Amino acid sequence: MIRHHAKIVLPALAVVLVAVPALAAGGDLGVVEKQPINLSAIAMFLAFVLLTLGITYWAATRTRSASDFYTAGGGITGFQNGLAIAGDYMSAATLLGLSSLVFAKGFDGFIYTISFFVGWPIILFLMAERLRNLGRFTFADIASYRLDQSKIRTFAALGSLAVVCFYLIVQMVGAGQLIKLLFGLDYAVAVILVGVLMVVYVTFGGMIATTWVQIIKACLMLGGGAVLTLLALSHFGFSLEAMATSAVASHKEGIAIMGPGSMLADPVSAVSMSLGLVFGTAALPHIMMRFFTVPNAREARKSVFVASGIIGFFFLLVCILGMAAITIVGTDPQFFEGGKVGGKLLGGGNMPIMHLSKALGGDLFLGFLSAVAFATILAVVSGLALAGASAISHDIYARVIKKGQCSEKEELRVSKLASLVLGALGVVLGIMFEKQNVAFLVGLTFGIAASANFPILILSMYWKGLTTRGALWGGLAGLISAVTMVILSKAVWVVVLENPAPIFPYEHPALFSMTLAFLVTITVSKLDKSARASAEIAAFDDQYVRSQTGIGAAAASGH
Amino acid sequence: MSDPIYEQVRGNPKFAQLVKRRGRLALLLSAIVLVSYYAFMMVVAFAPQVLAVPLSEGGSLTIGAPIGAAIIIISWLLTGVYSHFANGPFEQLNNDIVRETLK
Repeated sequence: MIRHHAKIVLPALAVVLVAVPALAAGGDLGVVEKQPINLSAIAMFLAFVLLTLGITYWAATRTRSASDFYTAGGGITGFQNGLAIAGDYMSAATLLGLSSLVFAKGFDGFIYTISFFVGWPIILFLMAERLRNLGRFTFADIASYRLDQSKIRTFAALGSLAVVCFYLIVQMVGAGQLIKLLFGLDYAVAVILVGVLMVVYVTFGGMIATTWVQIIKACLMLGGGAVLTLLALSHFGFSLEAMATSAVASHKEGIAIMGPGSMLADPVSAVSMSLGLVFGTAALPHIMMRFFTVPNAREARKSVFVASGIIGFFFLLVCILGMAAITIVGTDPQFFEGGKVGGKLLGGGNMPIMHLSKALGGDLFLGFLSAVAFATILAVVSGLALAGASAISHDIYARVIKKGQCSEKEELRVSKLASLVLGALGVVLGIMFEKQNVAFLVGLTFGIAASANFPILILSMYWKGLTTRGALWGGLAGLISAVTMVILSKAVWVVVLENPAPIFPYEHPALFSMTLAFLVTITVSKLDKSARASAEIAAFDDQYVRSQTGIGAAAASGH
Repeated sequence: MSDPIYEQVRGNPKFAQLVKRRGRLALLLSAIVLVSYYAFMMVVAFAPQVLAVPLSEGGSLTIGAPIGAAIIIISWLLTGVYSHFANGPFEQLNNDIVRETLK
């Protein structure tokens, strides 16, 4: 199983951030065995669903304006938003994927965990206050602030939608597989259940309900992780050294797992992957949207401080859990197929932490953690659906088609309709992709976010010289190159199209496609001598004042 | 065609001061995080044995473990440093600018 893991390292990494689906993406879950129905897990999950439906009902009574719907009226505090951001980021894949990487690869898993973290401080230092001061409902608001409303807004909205749809498929497929495995439900039933709940949360409760679902889920995950870590530490007399010594004795590779291994032998892949994850994350529409839910830049900063504290703490716990699992799960025949230690892990390579919870806390704790994993998927898809719906209703319908001439009520109706359509689409695509390897969708999601959306976003905030023409050409260059490289990479060219060898040797395109997008955007902008271009450049100074001081943004929170 | 309010802010020396000081802090902190992270990654790629040295004679934990944990913890503490200054003295300065402009 360890050797098997070495081969799937890159997709597994991608998975980590991306979520459960990556499970499937790693090729590890593939088509999983349906498990016997787990009653305690289902009971706990039902309790979660009832609680969140109650919150949705309460949120619905408070969701009246478009601003309530998209951004909870800007009324979320920094602390609450920090929890919700952490909830968005600590996906089921973080819990399952990172811990299984440590379980399989030791220190290399830890290095990846660090890579997934360092983006957060950078988002705070360079982006948080400008995002808050310039944005209203969507990322396209910022990108099109001083550029051509219909062109750039359409491009940015389509970029968001592409990211949302690919990510949604990945989540849906992962949800179906995981639920089938943990709860013993049918794949299709699981996918439909996720789709229905997501639509209910979003259409009735909007951002208020979505935020609270995230907050509750973040607390459950943090609590569950902390208790499990305490149980694991007590197993080794609260000594990390004892845990490490035992892990070294239990692992095939022995002492080698305590230092950097073969996974990162190629710095180009490592850097490309980390660029894609860091800047792709910064440009995920549902993550950016969270910055518009707080009343001002001050609370936005506070929320990143809280979020990164929780994420960092949780990531460290996850690594300890992965290390504990090496001994506790890795030497226990009950967790291996046919009871063969060192063979194939029951349920696939992403399950060590689930088995660990069973070994340390029994069926009840396993049920709890399964329910948390399901809750996590629900929370993430809700955020995605809301981001997609706002791109359709706010950007494309209200701003581009109606040129801002439509009533708030009409815009709200369109966004609810849009979330219904996205929900249906998610279910249909989720079922269609059941037997597919969705690893390439993970690459596409982050490739497009980092290469098509991020360069436009960051340059629009930082570079005076950006013009509409430059942003369009650069965005297209990033989009096309990212998609092409993913198609030519192993995940599609070899795994899906069954060619013998990949044409593009790396799993992640960001190092190349993002660089290209920046170069094209800057060159075309510089060559753009049109009258519109000079007006756009002149408009930067006012935008700059607003991005720094928030003057003019106060109205954006709608209070 | 500039909005007179924004024009006025740009003329305010406090604005130049805010932008310069807060921008410098943001850049400095970003540099600390990125340099330490990429330095760590370069050691991983080119001198991995450095991180595999045991913490104690004959022990299993290596110095890579506390170094890695330190990158996470220090980066987080730096977000605290930034929030402290940006939400404290700089926010004060910002509020002054807003007040002087909108009075």
